[in-house]
Amino acid sequence: MASLYERLGGAAAIDAAVDIFYRKMLADDRVSHFFDNTDMDKQIAKQKGFLTLAFGGPNNYTGKDMREGHRHLVAKGLNDTHVDIVIEHLGATLKELGVADSDIAEIAAIANSVRDDVLDR
Amino acid sequence: MSGTVRFEGQNYPLNDGETVLDTLLRNGQPIAFSCRSGLCQSCLLQAVDGELPEAAQTGLKPTYRAQGLFLACQCRPAGTLCVRTPENAGIDTKAEIVELSRLNATVLKVRLRPSQTFSCRPGQYLTLLAPGPIARSYSIANDPEMEREIELHVRLLPAGKMSHWLEHQAVPGTQVTVRGPAGSCFYTGDDNRQWPIVLAGTGTGLAPLYGILQDALSNNHRGPIQILHGALRESDLYLQSELTQLAAEHDNLTYSTCVLQSADGAPDASGDIQERVLTVLKSMANDVRLYLCGAPEMVNPLKTRAFLAGVASRNIHADPFLPSVASGN
Ligand SMILES: Cc1cc2nc3c(=O)[nH]c(=O)nc-3n(C[C@H](O)[C@H](O)[C@H](O)COP(=O)(O)OP(=O)(O)OC[C@H]3O[C@@H](n4cnc5c(N)ncnc54)[C@H](O)[C@@H]3O)c2cc1C
Ligand code: HEM
Repeated sequence: MASLYERLGGAAAIDAAVDIFYRKMLADDRVSHFFDNTDMDKQIAKQKGFLTLAFGGPNNYTGKDMREGHRHLVAKGLNDTHVDIVIEHLGATLKELGVADSDIAEIAAIANSVRDDVLDR
Repeated sequence: MSGTVRFEGQNYPLNDGETVLDTLLRNGQPIAFSCRSGLCQSCLLQAVDGELPEAAQTGLKPTYRAQGLFLACQCRPAGTLCVRTPENAGIDTKAEIVELSRLNATVLKVRLRPSQTFSCRPGQYLTLLAPGPIARSYSIANDPEMEREIELHVRLLPAGKMSHWLEHQAVPGTQVTVRGPAGSCFYTGDDNRQWPIVLAGTGTGLAPLYGILQDALSNNHRGPIQILHGALRESDLYLQSELTQLAAEHDNLTYSTCVLQSADGAPDASGDIQERVLTVLKSMANDVRLYLCGAPEMVNPLKTRAFLAGVASRNIHADPFLPSVASGN
């Protein structure tokens, strides 16, 4: 059976999702301040990394990377609520793109599985 | 643990948090640099031995990466890195200054004749190297492959190093070096040239936009094109008659200016280029391609605002003209 990532359409699906997802994050005052938008291209590239991980695609992130990558955000107050918001926007993005509810649930579970790493606990 | 940089037979250990550029400058080595943000490519060096961190080559073209060229201001090696200046890497082109003339009171038109073909796209930028060494990025305002000359628009800053050199030392006939090109602000055409284009810039941000505009027009771009030039005062505008003329000749081209201060110094809210661009974008199809060049204070926020307004990230091309950063971190 095709993997979740392949089912979604691979790299093309990431490209389609990243703008919608990142736009939702930037437009949401509860989380937008975590994103340094002085260099949007770099941020978009990083959010592609996030989506690839969540879609179960090929990535080399380790739990240690997730800890280190978000530690400066934890210092700024990153907590469970923010992770919930990310998962919520991710779900809404996928819904807009017509992804099946069962796949959305699987993706949310992958994102949720790194919660403790992201929050450095 | 910080690494060590080896340059011209000497080892220089990096202090905590330092980049290769910081260390070499601290030790009095004459390395050219400008933006210190990994963008302008003025501080390009070549690694001849040792391990380069990925961050030191981010954004460089594959041919540069393959030659071990890297950005000294982004390079924090773990071990010993042996480096040299890239004069012999074949990336420099000698050029002769053939024209220095004013476009307005503070903008200099500089035309250079390269000693060999300088392959680039109008709107990209190059590094201009003058004695010192002073290295600064300037955007390409014409099509050098067609005209065999490179045209730059340089805003003269009162205390600017390159400004001073161009204004007081350089004359037609003076030899300079150009390196590059770099950047992704350029026209890309395919069979369907129907998409709308918005070109917006402040000050000499007009230089790349003028190059891109001419490129689009000579490729018979069929979609609507809007060019907006922003300035503090009316007297900071330039190329008005050329652009007015082009707009008269091309039905699909609109030229407008956004001036923040009227002649008597009163602020004029309608001159806010960010608001004007956002309004223009509303009237355009959503496959619009947006080019933003000039002051970072305009380019960076407008880029985000245009993205939030629905422009696809891959269709936004922006060159913030980052100023040089003198010293410190
Ligand atoms: C990608 C890129 C493309 C560029 N393209 C162009 C171009 O086409 N045309 C062009 O004119 N410039 C362009 N620049 C800016 C250019 O590279 C130089 O930074 C600029 O010309 C100043 O150099 P200078 O040596 O004269 O002054 P510097 O010696 O670098 O600066 C002198 C002083 O002026 C300050 N300063 C710098 N910029 C400004 C400013 N805008 N307003 C007020 N003070 C300032 C500096 O902080 C410093 O204190 C570009 C920059 C980048 C990164
Ligand atoms: C749901 C779990 C999460 C996962 C799986 C995740 C994953 C990732 C990944 C893979 C990257 C890219 C790292 C890189 O390539 O450098 C990243 C970067 C980033 N993430 Fe997350 N993330 C999560 C939650 C969050 C939350 C809740 C926030 C804040 C609201 C957040 C904000 C960021 C920011 C700002 C960056 C860029 C970091 C930087 O610029 O330094 N992330 N994330």
